[in-house]
Amino acid sequence: MNAFKLLIVDDSNIMRRRIERSQQFDELQVVGTAANGVEALELFRKTDPDVVTMDITMPQMDGIECIEKIVGLKPAVRILVISALADKATAVEAMEKGANGFLNKPFTDRQLNEAIAELMRGA
Amino acid sequence: MLQEQELKTFVAGTTNFFEVSAQQPATIGSPYLVTKGKPGMHDYTGVIQISGKREGIVYFTAPRAMLTVLLMKMQETDFSHETMKDLVGEVANTISGNARRDFGQDFVISVPSVMTGSGKFEIPESAGLHPFVIPINWRSHSAKLVVALK
Repeated sequence: MNAFKLLIVDDSNIMRRRIERSQQFDELQVVGTAANGVEALELFRKTDPDVVTMDITMPQMDGIECIEKIVGLKPAVRILVISALADKATAVEAMEKGANGFLNKPFTDRQLNEAIAELMRGA
Repeated sequence: MLQEQELKTFVAGTTNFFEVSAQQPATIGSPYLVTKGKPGMHDYTGVIQISGKREGIVYFTAPRAMLTVLLMKMQETDFSHETMKDLVGEVANTISGNARRDFGQDFVISVPSVMTGSGKFEIPESAGLHPFVIPINWRSHSAKLVVALK
């Protein structure tokens, strides 16, 4: 039985597959992947994930707006932002909207798993 | 005129992608200024536009063979045209993210766009930009980082 449901949000197919392939937690079940904020919201309502990885720069609805909407639906959700935007202002804005962690792209498998582990500790 | 620190930021963004994603660092060839003609393009090119304190473009352009090996090192099994575009877009994204961190809000940096097909990048001559080309060597392949700012 999986303890946590994971939703992966990124406009890059490569990154979505990379995150899905590289996460090494038996207790995490990937319940969906989305390429933008609009898709993510739709999937979020259908699958009710506990943990979300979220890109920032995406078409239709960016990650910042999506975080705000997701947290509005489920305040207890844990969100890890995974973005190439390495500036502090972006990280602070994401955290203010409700993100719980921030991982810069590019990342190693180890960095990804450490960031997810940290996220799940708070879930 | 392009400043050394600006160039370092763009180069670091590019080489960092190879070092972290493929666990194999890229090396830098001898940079050169294009004063006549246009800098070349390989099969896939990720472009960012810069405005604000400086204006111009920065692009990373790579041959399909290099991107294929890079994808293999990233454990990818899809080597389609769309995946190649996705990959150069991600490299450009990393360059853009680095620049935003180092240059702050004085630089307005666009979301990357992707172009395909080798040839000559059309930087308008009237723009007064002199592109600086930095060869990016990785394994047996060579790509280019082109920085054209004024």
